[in-house]
Amino acid sequence: MVKYIVNRILVTIPIIIAIILIVFLLLQVLPGNPIQVMMKEKANQAVIDRVTEQMGLNDPVMVRFGRYLWGMLHGDLGHSYKLKRPVTQLIMTAFPNTVKLAITSALVAWIIGIPTGIISAIKKDTILDRTLMGFSLVGISLPVFWAAMLLQYILGYKLKLLPISGYSTWRHMIMPAIVLGWASSGSIARLTRSSLLGVMKNDYIRTARAKGLVESAVVTRHGLKNSMIPVVTMMAMQFASLLSGAVITESVFGIGGIGQLMVSAINQRDMPLLQSSVIFSTLIIIVGNLVADILYSFLDPKIRTQ
Amino acid sequence: MFGKKKLAAAAVTTNPAPTEGTDWIPDGALTPVHVEESAEAEIAPYQNTWEKFWSIFKHNKVALVSLIIIILYIVICVGAPLFAPYDPVETDLANGLALPSKEHLLGCDKLGRDVLSRMIYGGRISLMIGLFPTLVSMTLGAILGITAGFVGGKVDTIIMRIADICMAFPSLLLAMVVSYTIGPGFLTIFLALSFVNWAGTARVVRSEVLSLREKEYVEAATSIGVKRGVIMLRHILPNCLPTLIVMLTNHIPGNILTESSLSFLGIGAQPPMTSWGLMVYQTKSYLDRNPTITLAPGIAILILVVAFNFLGDAVRDKLDPRLQEQ
Repeated sequence: MVKYIVNRILVTIPIIIAIILIVFLLLQVLPGNPIQVMMKEKANQAVIDRVTEQMGLNDPVMVRFGRYLWGMLHGDLGHSYKLKRPVTQLIMTAFPNTVKLAITSALVAWIIGIPTGIISAIKKDTILDRTLMGFSLVGISLPVFWAAMLLQYILGYKLKLLPISGYSTWRHMIMPAIVLGWASSGSIARLTRSSLLGVMKNDYIRTARAKGLVESAVVTRHGLKNSMIPVVTMMAMQFASLLSGAVITESVFGIGGIGQLMVSAINQRDMPLLQSSVIFSTLIIIVGNLVADILYSFLDPKIRTQ
Repeated sequence: MFGKKKLAAAAVTTNPAPTEGTDWIPDGALTPVHVEESAEAEIAPYQNTWEKFWSIFKHNKVALVSLIIIILYIVICVGAPLFAPYDPVETDLANGLALPSKEHLLGCDKLGRDVLSRMIYGGRISLMIGLFPTLVSMTLGAILGITAGFVGGKVDTIIMRIADICMAFPSLLLAMVVSYTIGPGFLTIFLALSFVNWAGTARVVRSEVLSLREKEYVEAATSIGVKRGVIMLRHILPNCLPTLIVMLTNHIPGNILTESSLSFLGIGAQPPMTSWGLMVYQTKSYLDRNPTITLAPGIAILILVVAFNFLGDAVRDKLDPRLQEQ
């Protein structure tokens, strides 16, 4: 067990380094001097050369990569070209907003998804089951940006029930959480259903029924307990992906989180900001998946005993 | 041997559970199964993968409707010049933001361009992004997955480590990075999606190959001296086909959604080219004055993706070997 976890962590480290390297190279191979792009034609060549030298952009790529990694280990993610502030500081200001959105939308997803899946499984092949599963499938298929705009228009603009955009209060989080939560609830509902149906085919369920246990107890005590193992894993992975920044939802609702940071970095061609925020997001997903994996091994007795 | 009645009676007395929910008990689970019956039930006519694929639509109405919708989308978008009533880029400022009418069924955008025509042309991008990167990454993933699984050893390790790295990237974020370097557009989305998607396919195909490799017919082929390449193509690849079809139908809707999101962010299709995501972005400010022009592209995406997802579900239920083992 401990060996398994240590092993999983050790396997992840080279992946993390490789990902940092790939993002770094993708953004650095660009021909042309970023300082020149940043300063446009205004600056004269001498200034550009001096700044380029100062920022160490004349060094070979691998030297810069080493410097970047070293800085990263010390919490230094570079300096934003456009916002003129340390990237670490920008990410740390944006991250709490993303966390807020992630928590609310994950809650919505779980509150909708899990009961939907359970009811569908219990009422398998009935009209209720088909309706709920149809609803979940639409949730998965929803273009989030479009649904977000519609909701914004109807609830925010027409009915004036909720604030249209911003992130200062929890009320602002309701609409984004509904959109994102619905989109994420679909896969949870589907997995809950199929997993519960799979578990209910087992011999121990038949035994539980045979010994006279009430059906509801069979479902909750024997069925659910075992069928939730993959669901919990998926919930963890989904939460990690929400934490990495909901690019679309954040930009539609104007939430100043990691996602919006990335979009503005792209639009303003702010390379250090884009590089570090993308790496930050990707690392959150990787670590999240690692946690999900370890969680799974804890929950599943079949793996735990190994 | 217990009689049917006796066991059924025992079930009633020992299981006072409400009748509700007992449909979980498989038919005949409480009664001894007659060997003759089950043997008879198991003899089903042999179907190869394609026959199985087509037989889905005989019984599953939802899947049939989905397939028809998808074919309709493809026909209309491929034949765009035939079906589009207007030139998608021709502006007519007098008709700016025109509401739906007989001349312009879905109205016009700000520049007076016919929204229906733009949607028909824009669908080309959505379908192309849905299909091409998926096909390319599936082919690449299949080749590398089969090689990794069949050759094994160092080759396997190298391929799978690379796959691990590629899989760890969220395709949306990768597309953003690529668009910074080579600029936004079709190629950016294509590269980002292919880069991430092949790895998942390779991983699944590899695990499939690992079990297929141990089959007797592979051993037989090896023992009579068939070359490895031939075994891979003739014996392993056809058996991976069901898995590949399932992966294919699962990847397409996700890719269509990613494309529309990227276009909405301005990273995808660039004007004068158009795509449904871009259309939603361009018309969003006029939602109050003319809602149709924003609603229509969104609904087009939703219907197409729902159809692909329904089709994917049906295909998976029928073809996924992992489901059939259960």
